[in-house]
Amino acid sequence: MSEFALHQVPARRHVPLVQDAASAMAIVVLGAVGYFLFPDDLAFLTRLIGIAFLVLSLDLVTGYCGIATLGHAAQFGVAAYAVGIACVRGVTDPLALLLVGVFAGTVMGLISGALIARFRGLPQLVLSIAVGQLVAALANKLQGLTGGSDGLSGISPGKVLGLYNFDMYSRTAYLFSLTVLIIVFVALSRFVRSPFGLMCRAIKDDDLRARMIGVAVYPRLVIMFGVSGAVAGVGGALTAMSTGVVGLDSVSFERSAEVLVMLVLGGAGHLWGALGGAIIFMIFEHIVAAANPFHWMTLVGLLLIGIVVFAPKGLIEPVLTLFARISGKGRAS
Amino acid sequence: MRLALSILTDALAYGMVLFIISIGLSIMMGLMRVVNLAHGAFAMIGGYLASYAIRDLDVHYSVAILLAVVGTILVSIPFEMLLYRRIYRKSDPLIQVLMTIGITFVIIGVVNFIFGPTLKSIPLPPLLSGPLDIGFRSIPTHRLFVVACGVVTALSLWWLIEKTEFGIKLRASVDHSGMADSLGIRTEIIYAVTFALAIGLGAFGGVVGAEILPIEPFYALRYMVTFLVVVSVGGAGSIVGALSASLLLGLADTTGKYLAPEFGEFFFYLTVIVIVFVFPHGLYGRSHA
Repeated sequence: MSEFALHQVPARRHVPLVQDAASAMAIVVLGAVGYFLFPDDLAFLTRLIGIAFLVLSLDLVTGYCGIATLGHAAQFGVAAYAVGIACVRGVTDPLALLLVGVFAGTVMGLISGALIARFRGLPQLVLSIAVGQLVAALANKLQGLTGGSDGLSGISPGKVLGLYNFDMYSRTAYLFSLTVLIIVFVALSRFVRSPFGLMCRAIKDDDLRARMIGVAVYPRLVIMFGVSGAVAGVGGALTAMSTGVVGLDSVSFERSAEVLVMLVLGGAGHLWGALGGAIIFMIFEHIVAAANPFHWMTLVGLLLIGIVVFAPKGLIEPVLTLFARISGKGRAS
Repeated sequence: MRLALSILTDALAYGMVLFIISIGLSIMMGLMRVVNLAHGAFAMIGGYLASYAIRDLDVHYSVAILLAVVGTILVSIPFEMLLYRRIYRKSDPLIQVLMTIGITFVIIGVVNFIFGPTLKSIPLPPLLSGPLDIGFRSIPTHRLFVVACGVVTALSLWWLIEKTEFGIKLRASVDHSGMADSLGIRTEIIYAVTFALAIGLGAFGGVVGAEILPIEPFYALRYMVTFLVVVSVGGAGSIVGALSASLLLGLADTTGKYLAPEFGEFFFYLTVIVIVFVFPHGLYGRSHA
């Protein structure tokens, strides 16, 4: 793991923004491919971007801090419900709603971080599940606010920047989500290379050693949970706005397990791994699960076992090796 | 009073079902340190096999239980040899979680492909199906049967672990597997036998508890969390811990469902958070750090 981490630390910084610009360009190209080749599936692609935010957010705590959590959908779901409730109650500006989502996600992230980050191993896992299930139970029971098992519907946000309406072909929603994704992705890729991000990775590799050199481990992890909650909140807000409904599935255990699968499929500890995992998983699910949900479960199960046995670092690893070989100096991404 | 009695009998029966299924997982997590999220999937296989045996092969309930337990253990052997052995004791929880979730998904997909995605009933024999009059009121005979099964399981496990040679070897491996190995205890055989025992108990619990936790296509996912929580609250590897955690959580859940049906799950998980936060290694667990 350590040499893997070394790859991602930029050795030289001649042109400070070139890496970020490359990431942004790559996402623009991917987005354009989606927009022009699949104009009928934009609603699905928008949903994909929403989930991608959740996978990125999970990557921050699982990939960069080594915290195993199975309740991460809580951040996403709480933000989605907050946005839905705010929108139904009269806040319709999409940017304001986005802020509501970020705020709700951050608060939820800080709360769950404060509970979960205190422990390691099994207690940590069980606490994360319990927090997630607690939120799910609340979402189900507070029917006056959330609509319970019927879901919260009737979310119709206003025009983006007062100019672009959310249309039925999801063009606006897609472009809006894509723009936010580019901004968040570039910000995150700088954030994980910051001293704070690197220190989180040190905690992941050896938390005892980190403590020995004087790092306050617990506060750092809680802050990371807050940031992760904010990212998940963006995803929740965008999903709520683009689909117009928030259902119980957005806080469910299945959602949490699914995003963990996506993250590991792509490769934890790398932002492109998270994004790639989300894209591959969602597209396959879109095609196979429509045919037969049980075949889909078998396939996902086999895939997971295969990943754990043969490629525990995810699909990003061979790609990184290739990059390293091309650049010749072991300097990937 | 009447209400309190109903809550107590239901909580006791529910707690016992949780205990029978979870104790296997608890032993496994205590010895092999595997966070086995697929435990419920093996209980589900047991339930499906029993349902198939009774409804299609027309065998007696007791034979069906035996068939289910043996069949499930047979099914689990390849999983143990090919997959679980890789993750005993050493891997980090994330790897274990992912692999066992993968196994759960495969089992759900394959089992529903073979037996069809419907709710499976396990018909009770006439002896167990009626109510039983115990003087001041009558309770379903099946509830008593479940409680009896739980008590027998707890006592025989206690005997097995505390009084037999296998138990001594097992405890030695739990305490220090490397030392046990060098003293000539074949730990990999201990692991394999314990795995079979754990899976067998899971399948047994799945069949016996089918009246309370119905066998349905997503059984493994629905109760995955519940079993893990019981073990975590009780402390991995402890019979007393698993028993008290099962009864406690059974009581919390049943009471919540009777008195505040709106917030049943909520109180269950609130209890869990409080207990795990105060006792991170469970009520009777030991730190392995």
